[in-house]
Amino acid sequence: MQHDNLVEIEDVAFDYGARPVLKGINLTAKRGQVIAIMGSSGCGKTTLLRLIGGQIKPRQGTVRVAGESLGELNQAGLYRLRRKMGMLFQFGALFTDMTVFDNVAFQLREHSDLPEDAIRDMVLMKLHAVGLRGAAHLMPSELSGGMARRVALARAIALDPQLVMYDEPFAGLDPISLGITGNLIRRLTDTLGLTSILVTHDVHESLKIVDYVYFVSDGVIVAEGTADDIKASDLPYVHQFVHGEAEGPVTFHYPAAPYVEDLRLGGQSA
Amino acid sequence: MLKQAIERLGNRTLQGVGRIGFAIRFFVAILLHSGTAFRRFGLTIREMYFSGVQSLIIILVSGLFVGMVLGLQGYETLQTYGSEDALGILVAMSLVRELGPVVAALLFASRAGSAITAEIGLMKATEQLSAMEMMAVDPIARVVAPRFWAGVISMPLLAALFSAMGIFGGYLVGVQLIGVDEGSFWSQMQSAVDFEQDILNGVIKSVVFGIAITTIALFEGYDAPPTAEGVSGATTRTVVTSSLAVLALDFVLTAFMFRGLS
Ligand SMILES: Nc1ncnc2c1ncn2[C@@H]1O[C@H](COP(=O)(O)OP(=O)(O)OP(=O)(O)O)[C@@H](O)[C@H]1O
Ligand SMILES: [Mg+2]
Repeated sequence: MQHDNLVEIEDVAFDYGARPVLKGINLTAKRGQVIAIMGSSGCGKTTLLRLIGGQIKPRQGTVRVAGESLGELNQAGLYRLRRKMGMLFQFGALFTDMTVFDNVAFQLREHSDLPEDAIRDMVLMKLHAVGLRGAAHLMPSELSGGMARRVALARAIALDPQLVMYDEPFAGLDPISLGITGNLIRRLTDTLGLTSILVTHDVHESLKIVDYVYFVSDGVIVAEGTADDIKASDLPYVHQFVHGEAEGPVTFHYPAAPYVEDLRLGGQSA
Repeated sequence: MLKQAIERLGNRTLQGVGRIGFAIRFFVAILLHSGTAFRRFGLTIREMYFSGVQSLIIILVSGLFVGMVLGLQGYETLQTYGSEDALGILVAMSLVRELGPVVAALLFASRAGSAITAEIGLMKATEQLSAMEMMAVDPIARVVAPRFWAGVISMPLLAALFSAMGIFGGYLVGVQLIGVDEGSFWSQMQSAVDFEQDILNGVIKSVVFGIAITTIALFEGYDAPPTAEGVSGATTRTVVTSSLAVLALDFVLTAFMFRGLS
């Protein structure tokens, strides 16, 4: 049975030790959509992706992918489900002991019995899509940050997954690669019918390609809507984020004691 | 003051016991996920190249020198009793029973064990292991188990090479340099060294050492905090812990193997 929603997150809370990071998130991603998750640095976006990938378990709430609740799966079930997922890690996470080619070929070799000829063609196609077919023989240490990220993107889509999660795919890209990568994500989603979840800070680039946006702040979704809703929104939070203003409800600082107190300017004798 | 000290001691003990528990579970997990390491033996061979072949030079050179020293020292001692013909026995026995397995294991721990810990620790710190899990590939089966079996297979081979080089070194010094009778050097050695009692026990020792070193090295890497200090600390701990483990296990094994031997 085909579910309309590929990813459903209901009332999910997660703590790192005693520190609550997510406090009740509701989010759905329909098949064939590009979803963006935005929020200030450290608000728990990467954590949210790890929850969808089943790498960490929520303290409360359920995460369902393709109709299956991750909390009820054993390791074999989780691994079966993950074959339908691709993930671009925030820092690339390329295998440093393999060439670019072998990195992209990794899943094909692990999960299929395809002959090496077929693997070669598929890998070169994926590398071509990110513009790095010529870099196939390089080692990850010989790549620039932006190139490594594009290789990681090629690797994430190597198995033609149903769901691809991109953790900041635009970070460290020049304007040209940025536009191309954005279009690539949109095109993959449309032509292969997959679903993309995009974590990004790049409001303008992502609003061009996404269907739906969620804003995370302080552990909850504070705003959501289609790209047009977001552009037109006059919610202070969204307005501040879209226009990059320093003053507003979004706090730039990690929770801390009052500044004056920390600097010992409170007038108390030392 | 005292109460705090006792609390700290208790805490540390609990942590230590907890870690041993984790390490044992980790060891069992490796055994349970070893299928891939044998089905795709190429993976294991590759790791044998990294940990085994690359330790070869240090093992061979050290073996030669240890054997040469044994030749000198053994001759000194035996000569006082007029039994320098038994030099072959002394050199071979010391190497096959003790020095081969133990010294090769200590060298392996510092050459290959530390490298394994650093590699696994860095793979974890750079999220390569997470990435592998997200690709539905179990890192224990794909990364850890092949390294484990490579170490377990390499260790006895390296110990054997160490002993062989050592015997050659003893021969060089004893026979070629000092002039012990070549015939009695070899023939006494052959008649005295027993296959089961000496060689097999030596092999068993080095297999046990191989298991201990690779398990410790892999566990330290897998358990390392994902930072530069975390990985460097884990690397040091690998060398210290596995060296101590080798020496302690050697005592236990020797006590069982050669108990009551006249
Ligand atoms: N392994 C961890 N242990 C403890 N705390 C963590 C851990 N990983 C993340 N955190 C904390 O959880 C919070 C959310 O982290 P997360 O990585 O999800 O942020 P993010 O939204 O992806 O930020 P960025 O945009 O900077 O990547 C952070 O405040 C961080 O301090
Ligand atoms: Mg992040």
